[in-house]
Amino acid sequence: MSKYLDYSATTPLDTRVLEAMQPYFTEHFGNANSLYKIGRDAYHALEDARTRFAAGIGAAQPSEVIFTSGGTEADNAAFFSVLRRIAPDGGHIVTSAYEHHAVLEVAEWLGKHGYELSIVSPRADGRVHADDLQAVLRDDTKLVSIMHSNNEIGAINDLQGLAAVAHAVGAVVHTDAVQSLGKVPFNVGELDVDMASFSAHKIHGPKGVGALYLKRGTAFDPLIKGGGQESRRRSGTQNVAGAIGFARALELMLEERDSEYARLSVLRDKLLSELTGRLENTQATIDSGERLPNIAPLLINGVEGESMLLQLDNLGWSVSTGSACSSGSLEPSHVLLAIGVPQVIAHGSLRVSMGRDTTEADIEEFIEVLIPIVERLRAMSPVYHKMFGSK
Amino acid sequence: MIYSEKVMDHFNNPRNVGVLEDADGVGEVGNPVCGDIMKITIKVDDKDEITDAKFQTLGCGAAIATSSIVTELIKGKKIQDAVKISKRDVADELDGLPAAKMHCSVLATDGLKVAVDDYLKKHGREPLSGEIKSADPNFDPHADEDDDTEGDDV
Repeated sequence: MSKYLDYSATTPLDTRVLEAMQPYFTEHFGNANSLYKIGRDAYHALEDARTRFAAGIGAAQPSEVIFTSGGTEADNAAFFSVLRRIAPDGGHIVTSAYEHHAVLEVAEWLGKHGYELSIVSPRADGRVHADDLQAVLRDDTKLVSIMHSNNEIGAINDLQGLAAVAHAVGAVVHTDAVQSLGKVPFNVGELDVDMASFSAHKIHGPKGVGALYLKRGTAFDPLIKGGGQESRRRSGTQNVAGAIGFARALELMLEERDSEYARLSVLRDKLLSELTGRLENTQATIDSGERLPNIAPLLINGVEGESMLLQLDNLGWSVSTGSACSSGSLEPSHVLLAIGVPQVIAHGSLRVSMGRDTTEADIEEFIEVLIPIVERLRAMSPVYHKMFGSK
Repeated sequence: MIYSEKVMDHFNNPRNVGVLEDADGVGEVGNPVCGDIMKITIKVDDKDEITDAKFQTLGCGAAIATSSIVTELIKGKKIQDAVKISKRDVADELDGLPAAKMHCSVLATDGLKVAVDDYLKKHGREPLSGEIKSADPNFDPHADEDDDTEGDDV
């Protein structure tokens, strides 16, 4: 029985991953850059992890993988490290309106510091369309960053198509693939992207570990300078245990990927159809096209997301909401607004994200728990019947 | 951002939820775009004393908790004293509110002021508070942002 339904926020470390990591905290503690034996042992283990990780994402060679402190650092490096080489004095860059903040904040900062930023909006189907990207591209566009799948609504973009359009004008293409890794087919070679960001803790690996795929030949000036580790692209003594954990976590995800995709898709569809069928004025935020199997995004009209979250928390359940109040800001989720969800509706968003330990019984119980909570909150609202009516 | 135990108590067990059928004053504030709406109904006796109050709120934990405690605070108070309850008083009664949630307590005190003025106007008397910004459907909660810094940084 697991009441944790926020796997898109983070996941528990898999015990098999912990087992693989453990010796590298104590017994094999060496610095991977030292020449003597315990250093060499750490180096070989690190490079073995890099080779396995590279194979898992379809990289042509292990040296195209740079281990980082997480997805956020990988996203930051993708922008700053490449732009400092290919457009040090500014230039045109493109991203989408529903990126993770680790991309959007960087792009917006650059937009205020010498770069020209175009932000392409996803459509109501939750996806960035190649036509819309094409419309903002210019002959001198330097960098395009579009996420592979969205963390709040689970929509998967046709990155292959988007990358082709961006490459046609000579732009470097980056994708934030943090949510996709290990859950759906993702191959840097097939998609033909130049850079991709990943995070270990979203796939039952350790927190504080990420990776940037950097296609061979892509100009790069390291974001973090120092001792020249990671082939002079990311300084700092490597987190050997972390890299090993990340590689092992990815292998486990890939071994189970197809069966988990099938299993979780069924649970997602069951959750969405039962809740939208049994609760009035409730919709799936998106319910068609390529989607992550584990995210069930809901818009429950006439309730405020944080209230739902707190009431669920009282009963031990963990979920996320894109409501304004939960974030401490007054604006609801930028993702929901970007795909055209009205503010009034966006306040009642709920993101249920499932994972390895989620069972059908968990989903069945969650449905029975959520329905009375929604009904209670709607009964407390002064405007529910006025705004949404009732069956 | 963490709520105090008292906020959670009022959120989980809100006092005085509902609508008084024969209310003497009604106040409704907030708007659906900002996500918080509060409606309060009050009974007032011939000595201007609030004898009963009920509320309905659409909003976050803090919005519900502040509404709940305001209905408790005003019972037995004269309307002239009740409208003096500030958002700071409400937050203090709840053992503090996170800084980002201070605007929620404005909603509760504003709702009360509108309800009291509604009562006074019905009796041909001068309103005590006059125009309440959050009673305007186009109310912009951002306008009050500077004041929010007096919340607790948690």
